[in-house]
Amino acid sequence: MIVVTDLYKSFGKLEVLKGITTRIKEKEVVVVIGPSGSGKSTFLRCLNLLEQPTAGKIVIDHFAVTDPQTNINKLRAEVGMVFQHFNLFPHKTVLENIVLAPMKVRGLSREEAEERAYSLLHKIGLAEKAAVYPSSLSGGQQQRAAIARALAMQPRVMLFDEPTSALDPEMVGEVLTVMQDLAEEGMTMVVVTHEMGFAREVGDRVLFMDEGQILEEGSPESIFQNAQHERTRVFLSKIL
Amino acid sequence: MPLLLVGAVTTIWITAIAVSVGVLIGLVVGVARLSENVLIRGLSRIYIDCIRGTPLLVQILIIYLGIPNLLFVITKQQMPINVYVAGITACAINSGAYVAEIVRAGIQSIDRGQSEAARSLGMTRAQTMRYIILPQALKRIIPPLGNEFIAMLKDTSLLSVIGVEELTRKGQLYIAVTFASFPVYLGILLMYLAMTLSISRLITLAERRLAVSDRSD
Ligand SMILES: Nc1ncnc2c1ncn2[C@@H]1O[C@H](COP(=O)(O)OP(=O)(O)O)[C@@H](O)[C@H]1O
Ligand SMILES: [Mg+2]
Repeated sequence: MIVVTDLYKSFGKLEVLKGITTRIKEKEVVVVIGPSGSGKSTFLRCLNLLEQPTAGKIVIDHFAVTDPQTNINKLRAEVGMVFQHFNLFPHKTVLENIVLAPMKVRGLSREEAEERAYSLLHKIGLAEKAAVYPSSLSGGQQQRAAIARALAMQPRVMLFDEPTSALDPEMVGEVLTVMQDLAEEGMTMVVVTHEMGFAREVGDRVLFMDEGQILEEGSPESIFQNAQHERTRVFLSKIL
Repeated sequence: MPLLLVGAVTTIWITAIAVSVGVLIGLVVGVARLSENVLIRGLSRIYIDCIRGTPLLVQILIIYLGIPNLLFVITKQQMPINVYVAGITACAINSGAYVAEIVRAGIQSIDRGQSEAARSLGMTRAQTMRYIILPQALKRIIPPLGNEFIAMLKDTSLLSVIGVEELTRKGQLYIAVTFASFPVYLGILLMYLAMTLSISRLITLAERRLAVSDRSD
């Protein structure tokens, strides 16, 4: 469970998050939508402290994220993150990308880590690509490999920051399928995306962010059909 | 001529040792330059600025003459220092500052997403540096390191001043016997040119190799 209370974040004078409060239950899939620059990425990055919040409180399970005493690396090991541009390690093969952190951070032996990696690669349909370098994969394959890399840490929560927006349209589906499978297995997920089909089918709840605040939230149906705020409706009309 | 060749060989090995030690210094200082710790960052900055902001010739003289003199004043004992040791030390310390800047630039050229991905997996700063950033940065700094090697190779001619018998000094000794200034200096010049051209050729080859094996971008 993730509990966010009155989260603020400023970059210098620019206040990007202005009091975010929300609660994400275990196994819940929360889809975050909103205009560009509304603070979606910053919100996600605060959850694993890639950005240091200016004020407010975040608790993920027993980790008091915003408590200075918390071991940041231990926390991050429990929170997987998938980036828009994949950020695979280009000097390592797909397999090495996946086994590195489980070995170095979790202390798994190479055998254990590879076993875990292969079973993930099978699941996402990339088993035959284990030995190749990321640059020889398509965008969709790279993003699936990046998801496998995050999953290999067996995190409690997965964060996705526009995981399909850098992909060619024909590759979006294969990544969304992997994410949907993950959701069905009961992973807690926070997903920033403009894929409304995914939000509707997989999302349990949609947060609409605007100018650093959660303007409204609710089930996908209630947001898509019955938005309370004009800004939400304007945004949705542009995107649907 | 054989005399000059001996000098050229000395020039090469002195440069090789100085730059090798310089690379070790530069790796440490280059990483330190980007440390989170203000003190470490400040010290490495001071080292880099002081070395790059002063002439190598004066650095050589300080190490060969200045420091023994200081030690003599303090301990009242003569502690002569070997010219080769002094010369190579001065060049290595000098090279270290330039390599540190090359290393820093190499590290900073790696996309931020790389360290964010590593950190988001729970890797520490040190692990991220060692397994993710440095391996990628090292590939990019090989060509500028080659240029540093060439620059140092030419600069070792300054060691002739303290009597290290590298190429330039050997030539001067030869001139002292033959008085044939022009042909000997011209010969020296051509030998430096031959060495630097060969090295840049090697760098180009290495670069091409790296371009082939670089599957990164
Ligand atoms: N590291 C940063 N430094 C300064 N400003 C930033 C930084 N990251 C994001 N911002 C600014 O914060 C605002 C929100 O950015 P972001 O969270 O990326 O929005 P979104 O993901 O919703 O498009 C933008 O105005 C952006 O320019
Ligand atoms: Mg964003």
